[in-house]
Amino acid sequence: MKEKTGREGFSTFTLNVNRKDYKVAALPDTPLLWVIREDLGLTGTKFGCGLTVCGACTVLVDGDPVRSCGSSVSEMEGKEIITIEGLTPDGMHPVQKAWIEDEVPQCGYCHSGQIMSAVALLAENPNPTDADIDEMMSDNLCRCGTYQRIRRAIRRAAKMMAEGGKK
Amino acid sequence: MSQVINVSRRDFLKTGVAVGGGLILGCSLPLGDAASQSATQPATGTAINAFVRIGTDDVVTIIVNHSEMGQGVYTSMPMLVAEELEINLSKVRVEAAPVDPAYNHTAFGIQVTGGSTSVASEWERLRTVGASAREMLIAAAADSWKVDKATCRAENGAVIHSSGKRVTYGQIADKAAKMPVPKEVALKDPSQFKTIGKPMKRLDTPEKTNGKGIFGIDVKVPDMLVALVARPPVFGGKVKSFKADRAKAVPGVKQVVQIPAGVAVVATGFWPAKVARDALEIEWDDGPNANLSSETLLEQYAKLAKTLGKVARKDGDPQRALTRAAKTIEAEFAVPFLAHATMEPLNCVVDLRSDRCEIWTGTQFQTVDRMEAAKVAGLRPEQVEIHTTLLGGGFGRRANPHSDFVVLAVQVAKEVKQPVKVMWSREDDTRGGYYRPLWYDRIAGGLDATGKPVAWQHTIVGQSILTGTPFEAAMVKDGVDETSVEGAKDIPYNIPNVLVDLHSPKIGVPVQWWRSVGHSHTAFVVESFMDELAHAAGKDPYEFRRRLLANQPRHKGVLELAAQKAGWGTQLPAGQGRGIALHKSFGSHIAQVAEVSVSDRGTVKVHRVVCAVDCGRVVNPNTIEAQMESGIAFGLSAILYGAITLKNGRVEQSSFKNYPIVTMRSMPQVEVHIVPSQEPPTGVGEPGVPPIAPAVANAVFAATGKRIRSLPIRAEELKKA
Repeated sequence: MKEKTGREGFSTFTLNVNRKDYKVAALPDTPLLWVIREDLGLTGTKFGCGLTVCGACTVLVDGDPVRSCGSSVSEMEGKEIITIEGLTPDGMHPVQKAWIEDEVPQCGYCHSGQIMSAVALLAENPNPTDADIDEMMSDNLCRCGTYQRIRRAIRRAAKMMAEGGKK
Repeated sequence: MSQVINVSRRDFLKTGVAVGGGLILGCSLPLGDAASQSATQPATGTAINAFVRIGTDDVVTIIVNHSEMGQGVYTSMPMLVAEELEINLSKVRVEAAPVDPAYNHTAFGIQVTGGSTSVASEWERLRTVGASAREMLIAAAADSWKVDKATCRAENGAVIHSSGKRVTYGQIADKAAKMPVPKEVALKDPSQFKTIGKPMKRLDTPEKTNGKGIFGIDVKVPDMLVALVARPPVFGGKVKSFKADRAKAVPGVKQVVQIPAGVAVVATGFWPAKVARDALEIEWDDGPNANLSSETLLEQYAKLAKTLGKVARKDGDPQRALTRAAKTIEAEFAVPFLAHATMEPLNCVVDLRSDRCEIWTGTQFQTVDRMEAAKVAGLRPEQVEIHTTLLGGGFGRRANPHSDFVVLAVQVAKEVKQPVKVMWSREDDTRGGYYRPLWYDRIAGGLDATGKPVAWQHTIVGQSILTGTPFEAAMVKDGVDETSVEGAKDIPYNIPNVLVDLHSPKIGVPVQWWRSVGHSHTAFVVESFMDELAHAAGKDPYEFRRRLLANQPRHKGVLELAAQKAGWGTQLPAGQGRGIALHKSFGSHIAQVAEVSVSDRGTVKVHRVVCAVDCGRVVNPNTIEAQMESGIAFGLSAILYGAITLKNGRVEQSSFKNYPIVTMRSMPQVEVHIVPSQEPPTGVGEPGVPPIAPAVANAVFAATGKRIRSLPIRAEELKKA
């Protein structure tokens, strides 16, 4: 925790998000999600449940998929945080390309989280089996039921990355 | 590169001015009937009555009056326009329509997205809009070239003269805007379609994969505060008293204030508002519903089901036919309250001033929301502007007949001197009411000596959704809410004696349409019972149905297609069962075959679903396929897990933890087969839902010999003894 700010009762934190440093003022137990969305204005990361159940708020912290609604801002200093906006400069990560190619989203609300989980999965396991995909992705909920397309797109992204599509 | 944007009305006007040379096409177009025609004529001349705008950069902006909630209207609506306008979809941008009579639903007369009607209702209008724009562009080019219109044609965003001269739409748009709107336009013969019927990629996918798409929850306006509301734990309850000292002490909290709906906590952000709300000490008056319980309701409903309700349909003499039947069977079914559980919890941003009110939200119900917001704000509807954002799921919830989430936000805004975003936590959303009603059904059927059904008697018990809403007059006839009996009173099977009757008890639980509305329960009951009748008759459930559909070619068509594609009658791996169901809703005919297995512990696994759909003429096959997958997933969540239950007036569930939905692991492989058709297009957003419950239930019977008569499926009823 840092020094008091002008805002009574808030503390300041330095966060590295999408390779940039930000100074934010927040209650120390504020979930990272709300700092990203409300203070940094990066609204691609979504609020679905606030209980680390649905995965809509998934971001990468030091490369690992993390539910940003369940991690407080005070634990995030010194870590490298990547949100959907920071995945690539042009929104064309192989996973995003595959998502477009396979027409995955419907309402689209959960897909930032889905994509971040898929990116983390492929970083760790470049050639996942269906069982691997199920294992990694079953905690990311989609009310529109786009699951079979997600699976298809992950396979496509894996192929693209194997063929050198990875930046 | 195509682009979809949501801009505010203000930007809309600004852009219109800035572009200058843009073409804004008025749409005083001839429409189907007098009612819809009057509905689309603005009362004053100030409204921008427009669907098409063409920029000098040749980008065509299509203003879409249906809300995008995943069903693909931001692609299918532009496709209808583009077909006649002769443009490539890659040149199209989409904007959400402001609230204006010009954007009213052609059948409903208000601005609404629902009833799986977007494509069906815009099929004529938006093609006409496109054709009209095309004719004005051709007329403008012909006029500037001083040639006969008949020697010019439109092609790929340009007007071309027979001499080879060419001008792009962007270059001629300014002049075209001043040409007279044609009184009549000819629409293409379907054989000439270039866009309609072809698989088109959704225009909104890039924004939904790079974080840029703006949902209601993402809206930020200058000086905006965030509020959460503590609402009574029992429907109809009230605040007796509250202490806010601890809440007010939370840093970032600006205001704690009582509103008609409860106690609002207004803060600089979600988190301080949440922490403060948790710190509120409120004493509630639970009101008249303090003792409501699902268990008691079911007992009361079961008793009611033994008596005759309001008659929705009567053919022949079912009583007599039942008495005389060679064999009769009877069954009772129950399904629970269900929450929509959209991934995006409800929210609404309001900027309320003394003489106007601006609202940003993902809504399916703009006209009603505007009226209700105006009432609460003490303004005229014209002083209320609604900016429709993307919807993080709708499923009916965001078309609330009482505009509950908009009214709540305006109540808060009245107490706050700044713009405010009123948010719902997941728990607020789950417990907030407006559920699919709890239903109880009793059904009896009689077979003659050859195994043919001769009698059908179906009693339905459940709350009316429409009673007490503005739609009651039109949709509740002689005490029968059409949405309570849809899918039950119109069974397609040739049975000579049929009675369908309805009890609509008044219970203090707010209910609402939930993706597929009445069909969500009637299909389960009717198609499960058809399976029971087939079994009682000793017949194959597919053949049994097929033979009763002699006069229903489209029903029969999808039934046969689904059976064929699924390999009906072929061997399945040991332990698996196959079930079939057929249901028509929102004009579309759908049959589904499900393959399931049941573990020793009674857990049902759905492996594969084959879906055949006849939804008339296909606009975007990609969308149809996606909506069938989606409807099946949505229905499956209800069958396998979904139940909102009440105890002591309180909702027992709170989030996806105890109101789970299908995950990637429980999602079956879904195969969709579309029947080619020349008939007018019908719904796809909802019709995929109804058949999946009976298809799965019938498959469970095939696998285990046990009938599912109550949802969700309970493992303890299926586990091996």
